[in-house]
Amino acid sequence: MNLVVTDLVQRFPAPAGGGRTAGSVTVLDRLSLATGEIGTLVLVGPSGGGKSTLLRILAGLDMPAAGDVAFDGEPLPRDEEGLRCYRRTVGTVFQAYNLFPHLTAMENLLLPLVHVHGLTEAGARARVQAPLERFRLAEHAHKRPAELSGGQKQRIAILRALVVQPRRLFLDEPTSALDPEMRAEVLEMIAELRAEGRQFVLVTHEMAFARRVADEIAFVADGRVTCGGSTEAFFGRPADPRVRAFLATTLVP
Amino acid sequence: MVFAAAVAVAFSRVDYDWNWPAVWGYRRKFLQGWLVTVAVSLSALVVSGLVGSVAALMLRSGNSLVEAAARVYVELIRGTPLLVQLLIGFYVVATAVGLENRYVAGVLLLSLFSGAYMAEIFRGGLDAIPRAQIDSGRAIGLTPWQSLRLVVLPQAVRLVLPAVAGQLVSLVKDSSLLSVIAISELTLNAQEVNAFTYSTLESYLPLAAGYLMLTLPLSALARWLEHRFRYEIA
Repeated sequence: MNLVVTDLVQRFPAPAGGGRTAGSVTVLDRLSLATGEIGTLVLVGPSGGGKSTLLRILAGLDMPAAGDVAFDGEPLPRDEEGLRCYRRTVGTVFQAYNLFPHLTAMENLLLPLVHVHGLTEAGARARVQAPLERFRLAEHAHKRPAELSGGQKQRIAILRALVVQPRRLFLDEPTSALDPEMRAEVLEMIAELRAEGRQFVLVTHEMAFARRVADEIAFVADGRVTCGGSTEAFFGRPADPRVRAFLATTLVP
Repeated sequence: MVFAAAVAVAFSRVDYDWNWPAVWGYRRKFLQGWLVTVAVSLSALVVSGLVGSVAALMLRSGNSLVEAAARVYVELIRGTPLLVQLLIGFYVVATAVGLENRYVAGVLLLSLFSGAYMAEIFRGGLDAIPRAQIDSGRAIGLTPWQSLRLVVLPQAVRLVLPAVAGQLVSLVKDSSLLSVIAISELTLNAQEVNAFTYSTLESYLPLAAGYLMLTLPLSALARWLEHRFRYEIA
């Protein structure tokens, strides 16, 4: 994929205080970014810097206040209807609470296939069977999310995004809410999918993992990409002193 | 148990000439009144569910005019006595619009009353569904209507069941006030039997039993549904 972001602006209403009408907070401040022809883009940076906000716009969940986004030269739609169609061609996984708690893991997987992509129940079951077995989740398919471990939940969520055969996956800190031992199983799954050519845009704080899977890295801080480019250059000799300071605190091996 | 014993003792101490045979003569009248109460309650139960659903959706429509209209309805109804609503609703409003069937008017007025409470219960249930669930539904490409039907409602139903059950029990008992617009339901018939026989307790005890025969199964049904919809939150 090839991603070009131009002068992206996003504002949110400021938290109101003291009964006064509050203004807005600028979260993305004319953010620009252009990648080469890559498979995986990793967004890193300090909390509150705008990574997740950027990812939500890329995934078609939020509309930006201004600016342009184009994947492979194709601009993102500018209306909710168009964005919904776009969202059906991509997959998104959040930090937590992706699965619907009233449905079993299997029903969670079937829901988008049946209700969004028009498969029959039998057709949908046939499609999810092999991926479930491959990722050793078949024995848990009958369970509700509350009966699954955090790692299993995230892997089911990734599968749910995957079985609709999306063009690419957006992952927003997919392991941040997990215990260390569960992090490994989720990261392993992502690395495996990436190795077979799946495209990803992901936000993560796992710097070692970012280094392993990223083709390019964008450092998002204060609503801008202050440093971006190839993974080797980013970790090798970052020009931006903020990136050096960030890397120093995130314990890169 | 203690409560039952206390009531039993209280009744045994009362100096009262029981005259059950006089009231027994009116058993058909009780039955007819009870059937009217059943019919009116069940109708109002369905209609108030519809009214409550519509008002709840209006309350969270995002359109400030629609929200304000629903808010005025809810506050006006919840802030005034049902007795006044029935009297004004029937003798002033229903008459003005030419609605002469007091049973239809009664069901509508009772539904509007109960619907206001239902609306707030439903709204609370819908609001309790986490933002992340809505986002997940959008992420897989659900339309807003699909998201409501497949994601939000199934989870909200479980949350609102106990409160809705309580509201329905109240609705059945509130139907007794329909006697003020001369709907011949159970309470009106019990009052009439009392007037004919001067046997107050013998008239009103069957009245209480008649309502319990409706409200106890309703509560049991709600408990059963609650059990069926039970699952742990992830």
